[in-house]
Amino acid sequence: MTMRRLVHCALALAVSFAGLAALYLNLGAEFAGLAQLLVYVGAIAILIVFAILLTQGGEAGPDKVFSPAGLAGAVIALAVFAVLAWAVNISSVTRQSIVAPAPPTAMRDIGFTLMQRYVLPLEVIGLMLTAALIGAVILAVRQKVSEPAAKPAAPQNTELRA
Amino acid sequence: MISAGTADQIWVTLDHWLVAHTPAPLQTLVSIVISVAAIIVVFAALFALTTIFERKGLGRMQNRYGPNRVGPCGVFQPIADAVKALTKEDVVPRSADHVVHYLAPLVLVGVIFLTYAVLPVGRNMTAVNLDSGVLYFFAVSAATELAVFMAGWSSHNKYSLLGAMRAIAQMVSYEVPLLLSSIGVVMIAGTLSTVKIVEEQARTSNGLAHWYVFTPWGLAGFILFMIAATAETNRSPFDLPEGESEIIAGYFIEYSGFKFALFFLAEYIEMFAVSGLGITLFLGGWSSPVSFLGWIPSWIWFFAKLLALIFAFIWVRGTMPRLRMDQLMNFAWKFMLPMTLITMVSAGAWRFLTPAVVGPKPLGGVIRWLVCALVIFAPYITLARALERGRKIEKRVYRYAE
Repeated sequence: MTMRRLVHCALALAVSFAGLAALYLNLGAEFAGLAQLLVYVGAIAILIVFAILLTQGGEAGPDKVFSPAGLAGAVIALAVFAVLAWAVNISSVTRQSIVAPAPPTAMRDIGFTLMQRYVLPLEVIGLMLTAALIGAVILAVRQKVSEPAAKPAAPQNTELRA
Repeated sequence: MISAGTADQIWVTLDHWLVAHTPAPLQTLVSIVISVAAIIVVFAALFALTTIFERKGLGRMQNRYGPNRVGPCGVFQPIADAVKALTKEDVVPRSADHVVHYLAPLVLVGVIFLTYAVLPVGRNMTAVNLDSGVLYFFAVSAATELAVFMAGWSSHNKYSLLGAMRAIAQMVSYEVPLLLSSIGVVMIAGTLSTVKIVEEQARTSNGLAHWYVFTPWGLAGFILFMIAATAETNRSPFDLPEGESEIIAGYFIEYSGFKFALFFLAEYIEMFAVSGLGITLFLGGWSSPVSFLGWIPSWIWFFAKLLALIFAFIWVRGTMPRLRMDQLMNFAWKFMLPMTLITMVSAGAWRFLTPAVVGPKPLGGVIRWLVCALVIFAPYITLARALERGRKIEKRVYRYAE
């Protein structure tokens, strides 16, 4: 976070998301790249921007870019990088000689795999996300209406999925 | 593919001829430049055409003339508009965030032009034949929301920020039904590639093409898709983000001169792009509806359908009043979302009610059609009744000014 305005940081984050998507696309992972673009640039970045605007108005923060907190952050970032680099270095993957690149996976295969072999995890994730969505809606509604009528989240989810 | 006529393939042939006459090391580059230039020139020209078309058409609907000063019947009005936009001073507010303010229209237009890469505008006329074309379209157009936010936030104006917030809320809400309504097509076609989806619909039997709009789920999906597309492109009756009478021009209030023209261009080319996707998914892309009209070149079919949809957009704009914010959100989450899910169920029923299940072709086809229509229609009636319950609709009384 080296920029003074928080919104600039959020936009820079969106650019880095797009860069990561480009990296995926370059590596031949079409689905992962496009999903990254759709979810992160299209949704997560918007969410972050909304959060910034709704909490502190997106005005300019403190004038000093470098502060003790920033220094501590840099140290932590370096430490995390060192640990990751060490882990990658000793892992067995780097020991292997470079194998031939995997053949590009067709979208069809990804769909079949998701719907046949991994259909249970997919359904479980879907159920959890639905539960989270309904829970969030109930929390938001209860605050506004402030009536005791708000029902607990659990029974509604099962009704919806059943 | 088999009997592609000369007129049908004239642009493809021209492209190949041009590429063949360039030196070998430059051929890839030239081929790319030709595709990009063709897309930009054609759709920017269509934008100019549509502005005059819209202003005249709206004028006609509102009992006035529309532009009629430049050239015969005002047909050169777009040129005058362009000259005006180019010569106007580019005003940037002093408190604006200059870099973001400058980048926003460029990002918006650039991103929308990127989506054209996967639109098949004719037989063999797709810039990039991606295996995941539909996903690419939605992924790239997701970035427009961020560009709109950049414009609204960087202007440092409360109206523009309000407009940007409205735009984001609306676009995020309507992206869900837009995506879900196209899933039915992907389920039936079994592919995400726009080229293959069109080829799938170009097949004919008994002289009639297999357009998805002819199926019950396709018809419902097409209507839902176009409603969501209208909201996604911020066009009337979903033009709250711009709302001239409320927040002046919304997120691009602080733009002038050519940047303002860029926002206008972005709005129109986004409309073309999303209509083009609707044509690709539901209206058979470049294919003709009946086989005896197959001699008309494929690109003419595509642009004829595009112009028809543009006219529908203009017509709706001249007819419907603007929604309120709560109506907008209720419509998206309480009506559009359940209906798109039901459309998906109907598409699934269509997929599994094969002749082996419902019987041989003539009668079985009718049964299949009716069952799938019922799957959509019964929940639609129930849902509409449920949403109408408890709401008192009184007879409207109009009072004219005296």
